[in-house]
Amino acid sequence: MLSKFLAQRESTLFVIIIILLVAVGLRAPRFLEPGRLLSTLNDTVILIMLTMAQLAVIVSGGIDLSVASNLAFTGMATALLNFMFPGVPIVLLVVLALAIGAALGAFNGSLVAWGGVPPIIMTLATMSVFRGMVYLISGGAWVSAHQMTPAFRSIPRVGLLGMPLLMWFGFVTIAVMYVLMNNTRLGRELYAIGDNERSARLVGVNTRLTRFKSFVLSGAIAGLTGLLWVSRYASAQNQTAAGFELETVAAAVIGGVSIMGGSGSVIGAVLGAVFLGIVKNALNVIGVSPFFQLGIQGAVILIAIIANTVIDRRTQVRLGSRRVAA
Amino acid sequence: MIKRLITVVIVFVLVAGGAFAAGAPEAVPEDEDLRIALLVKSLGNAFFEAARDGAMEAAEELGDVEIIYQGPDEPTAEGQIEIIDSLIAQGVHAIAISSNDPDALVPATQRAQAAGIEVVTFDSDIHPDGRSVFLAPSDDELIGRSQVQAMAEMIDYQGQIAILSASATATNQNIWIEYMQQELEEPEYSDMELVDIVYGDDLSDQSYREAMGLFSSYPDLAGIISPTTVGVAATARAIEDEGLVGQVQLTGLGLPSEMSQYVQDGVSQQVALWNPIELGYGITYIAYHLVRGNAEAAPGAVIPLGELGEVELDEELVTFVGEPFVFDASNIADFEDIY
Amino acid sequence: MSGEQARLAKQPRASLGQRALGLLVRWEMVLFLLLIGVFVLNSNLSPVFLTQRNLLNATFSFMERAIMALPMMLIIISGEIDISVAGIIALSATAMGLASEAGASIPVMILVALATGLAAGLLNAFIVLRFRVPSIAVTIGSMSLFRGVSWAILGNQAISGYPRELAQLGQGTVGNTMIPMPLVMFACLALVFGIVLHRTGIGRTIFAIGNNATATQFSGIPVDRYKAVLFALNGLVAGFAAVLLTSRILSTRPNIAMAWELEVVTLVVLGGVAITGGKGSIIGVVLSIFVTGYLRFGLSLINVPSQVIGIITGLLLVGAIILPGVFEHYSNKLILGKQLKPLEPQRE
Repeated sequence: MLSKFLAQRESTLFVIIIILLVAVGLRAPRFLEPGRLLSTLNDTVILIMLTMAQLAVIVSGGIDLSVASNLAFTGMATALLNFMFPGVPIVLLVVLALAIGAALGAFNGSLVAWGGVPPIIMTLATMSVFRGMVYLISGGAWVSAHQMTPAFRSIPRVGLLGMPLLMWFGFVTIAVMYVLMNNTRLGRELYAIGDNERSARLVGVNTRLTRFKSFVLSGAIAGLTGLLWVSRYASAQNQTAAGFELETVAAAVIGGVSIMGGSGSVIGAVLGAVFLGIVKNALNVIGVSPFFQLGIQGAVILIAIIANTVIDRRTQVRLGSRRVAA
Repeated sequence: MIKRLITVVIVFVLVAGGAFAAGAPEAVPEDEDLRIALLVKSLGNAFFEAARDGAMEAAEELGDVEIIYQGPDEPTAEGQIEIIDSLIAQGVHAIAISSNDPDALVPATQRAQAAGIEVVTFDSDIHPDGRSVFLAPSDDELIGRSQVQAMAEMIDYQGQIAILSASATATNQNIWIEYMQQELEEPEYSDMELVDIVYGDDLSDQSYREAMGLFSSYPDLAGIISPTTVGVAATARAIEDEGLVGQVQLTGLGLPSEMSQYVQDGVSQQVALWNPIELGYGITYIAYHLVRGNAEAAPGAVIPLGELGEVELDEELVTFVGEPFVFDASNIADFEDIY
Repeated sequence: MSGEQARLAKQPRASLGQRALGLLVRWEMVLFLLLIGVFVLNSNLSPVFLTQRNLLNATFSFMERAIMALPMMLIIISGEIDISVAGIIALSATAMGLASEAGASIPVMILVALATGLAAGLLNAFIVLRFRVPSIAVTIGSMSLFRGVSWAILGNQAISGYPRELAQLGQGTVGNTMIPMPLVMFACLALVFGIVLHRTGIGRTIFAIGNNATATQFSGIPVDRYKAVLFALNGLVAGFAAVLLTSRILSTRPNIAMAWELEVVTLVVLGGVAITGGKGSIIGVVLSIFVTGYLRFGLSLINVPSQVIGIITGLLLVGAIILPGVFEHYSNKLILGKQLKPLEPQRE
């Protein structure tokens, strides 16, 4: 039982996270107080959700560099809707955010699946296209706190069973992704086309449709985070989440998701995002000069990626290859 | 006269070099409309959208001015240089810049000057080698000191305070912070302690995270000064979310539109800012008069700024429109839809 | 090119019509037509676009990225990628700035920048090849590391006291002509890279590695050594780009060349280099550099907002990839009445 636990990559990362927390705690004990840990986790929810979006695409052998721009666009669109039609119920806005995000994802997905555009190029292009569209729909202006309804602004922090709603959104997303990736046909097909598209096609997987779905899924999650982002910070701007796309890729890779596709687990990706979130939150608390933070982040990402790969290779040699996650 | 000569030489070089258009304007004929470019840090920034409105207003009053509003999609010096090059190629008459980098833009603006284009700066300056006049939003010393004074009033001159700035390379932020530190050395602030300066990079999530970090590192924190609009709004949000309203005081520089909600809810008793509309309006007038030859970019020169009255240039050709306006619960709602 | 030949060789025998068609839909041709389109469009939109001086001066602002696209082309053809190039630029420029502050002469400053770039490239190569980590993952990390070191060194300070003569490299023109220095350097480098890629055994090996690294390894070629050299070369050229950029802006801050990595990759990919490796040509990359550069310049001449320029170049990138395929697809159907083969999606 224990050896099986240790053999899993997720547990390795889990142990690394514990070590990291202890190390930070030695320097700044306050960081380990429950309230502070909770707020760190709360701060990481958006990164976790976007990493889930990224996971869906990377596992199938693609990459989605447009998630942050999708977030910015959907966030601006929902904030504008809330501003112009304050009567629209929040539930409907959540549905709309999912729909707008999914539509942007569908644009990516259709051209990747049926237009033959490599995912990295498609999403590199839409990264600037979606970002430009934020400017077009907003006319360059921002949507500020006073233009949002109180209900809209309170979406992320309203409490439900002792936990802020933002966290619930995170948990539900993780749960849905977990079931989807592990217990559904779509999940198996995503792993299959990421592992080997040709053989997936030979065994009857509609590879184009599956690839399309991976982008729709990624887009829908990114859209939802857009709504959460603008309501959390009570401000929708053109620069919202600029540069966030590579962070989600880094989180996924730290979490042991193979950038070449075919392997990677939901739990691993979540832990990868949590790891990155702790690093980002801890650096200022332990008094690292702001000028050193980027370099330390880079070094930590590199070390985590290397450690992951090395450990993974060792366990693979020991247990035999386990490409497709159960 | 010398400028004229240089222009003639440049035109000669152009012709000799085989160029056949877009030469430098020698002198602008009275009946020709002036094209003044407003080059901002980045497009899609609410502050500069307001400055553009001011420039448009001035253009309308002046009559013979066309405003070109441009900026890179992200706030980078390279993006601004690319646009300066395109403005030189278009042969605009003047460029008014709010710069992302005080040094990197200078070679490009010097090229513009060599092509006979009037280069002025507003809001965020570049090295004086590369521009004629700088229209500062307000006096730097006043901005820095007044924020410490405002904070001191809120916390009864005692307790720990922190500063949440934009990016660590933002020149104007650093100058204000320097004056804040100087002001804090005065005897009446002996019970106040500046415990930390953090940088939110003008990103909502980063600023919010830094604010949370401050609450956690300094449980007795009495106040935060954030002299940047994204930072002050994100900090207000963090204070509100953590239930620290009244416990951690907040002031800074913020757009009334972004801050209205928080000031009315009492998260921040007051914020200050100058009027970006006046900045855009004023710099348009300055550029116009310099190009038309109505005013000279020399120390002591007096330039009329339409409705804003007149300004006088100091030794370094710097001037400013006025004092920062203070917004509190009584007046901020009047401005929330303006800028 | 060899990938292209291999593909043609595999086909039984193409008819003359098919071959003409094949030539027409070749990527380089599409790009060439695009370039002409950009010129026609821009010269109609703006009276000042088509002047010798403006056309030459416009190149100043995109030559650093153009030069960086050359080694990136080789890396991508070999099946790898380097996301850290902009970080290397920041780091090299910082090192160069430190040298300048220490009173180094211009040649020494340049050497420092080149050496720093080379070292950064070697570090990438070491991690990718020693630990067998995918290069995209490694360089996403080292991107932050390199720029982070630059931040750690410079903090909120800028280095600006560069000697005036340095400006000649990145801002100057050749002799008494109006031809920009960086353009000439780019032309020379492009020639060298083109010859190496298309006319030497080294180039053929790079294509072979990108097509099938394992098979190449088995044929006795030291694949890792080739890849190491390519990463090192990429760092070295990024160091050179740092010199040009520094010379152009005569100052250094840690946030220079922000987000250029993705722009450089875009240039290479728009140039027809397959992101999966094994395919691409220097002509395509050179054309794509000028298509993008002049499109941006032309649009900014008529003051199109930058965000809209972003949308247009983004759609151009996608369009340039889809249209040739669609064209081929339907022309086969219409003209040749051939059995339709569905469009083959390219795997990332």
